[in-house]
Amino acid sequence: MKPFTAALALSLAASLPAAALLTGPVLAAGASDTDAERQARWNEIRTSIFGDKAVQPTDTLVKVDAPVRALDAALVPITLTMPEKDKVAGVSLVIDDNPSPYAANITFGPAADPGEIKLRVRVNNYTNVHAVVRTKDGGLFETTKFVKASGGCSAPMGMSDEEAMKGMGDMRMKFAEGAPGAKSTEATLMIRHPNFSGMQMNQVTRDYTPARYIQKVVVSQGGRNILTLDGDISIASNPVINFAFLPEGQAPVTVVASDNQDGRWEHSFPVPAPSN
Amino acid sequence: MPAQDGLVDPRPIARSLRSNRRQALRGGLALFGGLCLCCLPTLGRSAEGFALDEVGPGIFIRRGPDAEASPDNDDAIANIGFIVGETSVLVTESGGSLADGQWLRGQIRARTDKPISHVVLTHVHPDHCFGAEAFAADKPVFIGHHALRAALDARGDYYRTRLVEILGPEKAGRVVYPTLEVADRAEIDLGGRRLTFHAHGVAHTNCDLSMRDSASGILFPADLLFVTRIPSLDGSLVGWLKEAEVLKAMGATKAVPGHGPTLVEFAPALADLTRYLATLRDETRKALAGDMPIEKAVATIGRSEADKWALFDLYNGRNVTQAFKELEWE
Repeated sequence: MKPFTAALALSLAASLPAAALLTGPVLAAGASDTDAERQARWNEIRTSIFGDKAVQPTDTLVKVDAPVRALDAALVPITLTMPEKDKVAGVSLVIDDNPSPYAANITFGPAADPGEIKLRVRVNNYTNVHAVVRTKDGGLFETTKFVKASGGCSAPMGMSDEEAMKGMGDMRMKFAEGAPGAKSTEATLMIRHPNFSGMQMNQVTRDYTPARYIQKVVVSQGGRNILTLDGDISIASNPVINFAFLPEGQAPVTVVASDNQDGRWEHSFPVPAPSN
Repeated sequence: MPAQDGLVDPRPIARSLRSNRRQALRGGLALFGGLCLCCLPTLGRSAEGFALDEVGPGIFIRRGPDAEASPDNDDAIANIGFIVGETSVLVTESGGSLADGQWLRGQIRARTDKPISHVVLTHVHPDHCFGAEAFAADKPVFIGHHALRAALDARGDYYRTRLVEILGPEKAGRVVYPTLEVADRAEIDLGGRRLTFHAHGVAHTNCDLSMRDSASGILFPADLLFVTRIPSLDGSLVGWLKEAEVLKAMGATKAVPGHGPTLVEFAPALADLTRYLATLRDETRKALAGDMPIEKAVATIGRSEADKWALFDLYNGRNVTQAFKELEWE
């Protein structure tokens, strides 16, 4: 059973906010796909996102950490590590066999420390997860990790839509104590938002709850951009993003988040005073 | 609810009607081999291989093995059974599939001709409610929590799809809705024995229903009580610990858990469960306070419980994920 043809996956991949096209549940499939089939799918997705630009494999510019077998397909923690961070302009996350594969695109601003990003995603199928780094000189470099999971996009939330939407747009930010003398500060941003995938059934109407997901998150400090994230239905509900930034002065960190249904939320968080 | 302990049957806890050895062997494999039974070749279990224990007068329970649903076990993994009154029969749990429900119905008919008047759907999970279709012809009252219908609407199709993948369309069974929806309490009479139902707050799931038998005093907490098999968290960790107190206050000495032996001493079994849940809660709160990332939390929390539960490696990380999700917004 292969619910999504490569052609459909391709058309979905062509634009980020494609989730609304989905109307039905997607069954587990693809676990038995051959490497050649997976490569063919990636080639199509890659072309649809990056066009004819070459995407080189890399062992050094980006690394994907993810569980080999997801414990909870609706919340799979992903860590992207970019050791040569001075070269990095942005990074994209692609979950090849998800109904809308282009999960996230992160562009780093001047206030970013792009060494590491953590996200939580939904995984709908046994799939390759690709991370593609864009370097400042315009190069594209990818690495991949295979993840076993199924049903993460269509799994019911276990609560009513109203309950899932409670406090939508609330945010928290936690700052981690950096090593003494460290120039960068680690931060965890939490956003209350159901990130409905469009594949979860409403308990009362028995219709699929329309996709409603965080489309853009802009994080900055004192007017200096830290990062901009373009998101999609593959981001888990109540999104949590870990990142690092280079604080300057005591201006608060500001977050502006918006979703595909014109929801817009803005919050500011005071940065911790330098400890040294 | 007043204690009914004076009515407890003084006979030995479980009189096995048939040998339970094969099941014990299967449970042992899952527990000690760290193996998932769905990956093992067929061990030749047929539905007839199951034993029923008479755990109290007229109360017959089958122990479900500590395993995952597989083509070899028909998803017959929960403790299911029936209670015989003077006038009619109540099914305590319907089974994990149509095939499992049909097996149970056969067991009932082998013992009594009394009508099957009630079938309890203790919560939304498929190993407990997908056998219900097997009893449709009996036209029983299907008893469930007031939130069960909505939960079945949200998940029923999803569960059926997964069951069909594993068992095939003929054996899987269909969604059956409750016809008696318990808002808070309810009581029914089988003739000579009354059964009292209690609709719980969000705990194991958002639709947990427990039952107490007046004739024996035995409590049927369903999946609010796991024994030997690791509890699976699908509702609220804080809520489950709260409902554990509600169950405790009922004062029962014996209980039929949703998973594990067919009859247990209630207090120590509940203490084991709450120890696990409290460990999960306390260690998750500590991890959150120390900014531990979720992937590390999943790998470290609850490890002290690893050798105390079957299927620990399959479920603990998922439980930690659920706990993390719930507690990070406290």
